[in-house]
Amino acid sequence: MNEIWQGFLKAVELIISLDPEVMEIAGRSLRISVTSALLASTICIPLGSTIHFYNFRGKRILINLIQTFFSVPTVCIGLFVFVIFSRAGPLGELNILFTPTAMVIGQMILITPVLLGLTISALSGVDKAISDTARSLGASNLQTMLAIIREARYAMMATVIMGFGRAISEVGCALMVGGNIRGFTRIITTAISLETSKGELELSIALGIILLTLALIINTILNRIQQR
Amino acid sequence: MALIEVVGLQQKYGEREILKDINLSISKGEVFALIGPTGAGKTTLLRLLDLLDIPTTGKIYFNGTDVAHSGKARLEARRKMAFVLQKPVVFNMSVYDNIICGLKWRQMKSDSCQHKVKDILEMVDLTTYKNRNARTLSGGEAQRVAIARAIVTEPEVLLLDEPTANLDPASALKIEELIVHIINLHNTTLIMSTHDMSQGQRLAHRIGVLINGKVLHAGSPREVFNSPRTREVAAFIGAENIISGVIKTKDGDIVTVETANKMIEAVSSYAVGEAVYTCIRPEEITISLVKPSSSARNSFNGKITRVITTGSLSRVEVDCGFSLTALITKRSAEELNLATDKEVYLTFKATGVHLIKKS
Repeated sequence: MNEIWQGFLKAVELIISLDPEVMEIAGRSLRISVTSALLASTICIPLGSTIHFYNFRGKRILINLIQTFFSVPTVCIGLFVFVIFSRAGPLGELNILFTPTAMVIGQMILITPVLLGLTISALSGVDKAISDTARSLGASNLQTMLAIIREARYAMMATVIMGFGRAISEVGCALMVGGNIRGFTRIITTAISLETSKGELELSIALGIILLTLALIINTILNRIQQR
Repeated sequence: MALIEVVGLQQKYGEREILKDINLSISKGEVFALIGPTGAGKTTLLRLLDLLDIPTTGKIYFNGTDVAHSGKARLEARRKMAFVLQKPVVFNMSVYDNIICGLKWRQMKSDSCQHKVKDILEMVDLTTYKNRNARTLSGGEAQRVAIARAIVTEPEVLLLDEPTANLDPASALKIEELIVHIINLHNTTLIMSTHDMSQGQRLAHRIGVLINGKVLHAGSPREVFNSPRTREVAAFIGAENIISGVIKTKDGDIVTVETANKMIEAVSSYAVGEAVYTCIRPEEITISLVKPSSSARNSFNGKITRVITTGSLSRVEVDCGFSLTALITKRSAEELNLATDKEVYLTFKATGVHLIKKS
């Protein structure tokens, strides 16, 4: 209990003193996770909408597969990205392993099933009468789809929040493809892992509290946008 | 040329046949009401007319062009129509944005859109609500938004599916007044479904009675309500005193129908030997305590089996070999002191009897 209290005090101290290393780590965590969430959303929202709006053979199986990948372990994604971008891998020439770029790619792959699945789910939740109403008012197929997406905007925003949350909180993938290099690829979760293994529990708890605070701030901003 | 013409329309969902061989013709500026019991296929027919669904077979001509199956022609034709669904669905946005969306989808200029929306908001009396989220409105208000959103596009054809269903009488009256206003203002062709027959009578130039997926009778309200073509239509419009019989004699226009144990005289062009149903409207029957000496050709005596008084009218059921129901004023019933088991005479003219040929 004492350690948690000490950790809390340490977190306050680190935040107030704007500790350069902690700020740098926190900033990097935010940059990587926001980038991966935005890029993945840009791909997944249109792709998920396409899957929802069009009927094709194997659609149900595809949706089942997407939902199965919700629970894929982060280290598996890490291993996959590692193999792809390692020197002997098919994209080894790009030489991006152990860089923030590789971490963004890893997180994007990690949150893609969540974003796709929840996008499909959000659109499925829109009353069919919305589509009929839009069409009856003269909307083309594309305009009808956009009307449905607009109706599902709050659920879509929740989807993006969920994706961001999964990205900023993962450690396995970031550790494997980022390498936890100080000043370059170290982010909050990998730093917590390292500090805990060194026995620096106070610092780990402090970083954990900072991570939660960051997530809270981002979610609050997104919720505000959602409520407009 | 008819604005909308439907030929041999059939709609099936799986093995279930919802609409069977529908043939209709609706002229420009006409108000056509589809009436029929729940589940008769009214909504399905309106959805097909608005080109939301594709018919299993049959053709829908809009301004002479078959638009039932062609994709591009369907969108063009649909943009000349507007359909207000039974359950008013409003988009999760402001009243203003709800009303303007149909215009935006037609790529109309912003200035023109704003003026149109402003005028429509005034017409439906929702100006003060324009910035409110439409989802927070009451049922009647939401229905007004749905109608405003449809008419702002100035459609050639407005389709309304049960526009006053589930509304309280005050809201229903407002919507009905709005419909009359729209009809008078733009000479819009209106096709509406309703199971409120009096509403159909009030608003429509023509009525189509849809029962079990078939239009059994289409004609003026007077024709449909006074001379139903089939027993099903007669039963649906509330015709009482439907008695089965066979025409026994014919003298000019006057025929004698033999029922179970009485002869009823009627005016008809049907031939002797034709099996028919006689329909006698309850308000055509008069009641007296002594045999009347009037010119009416039909007079039967019997015992009252039931008297039901609702408001200012009394419904008197009499057993005179077959059951007949008469509708008289409450005052008359009181003056005659009508009660169960009392013996009375029921009298009606031959012209008050409508005959339906058995199919």
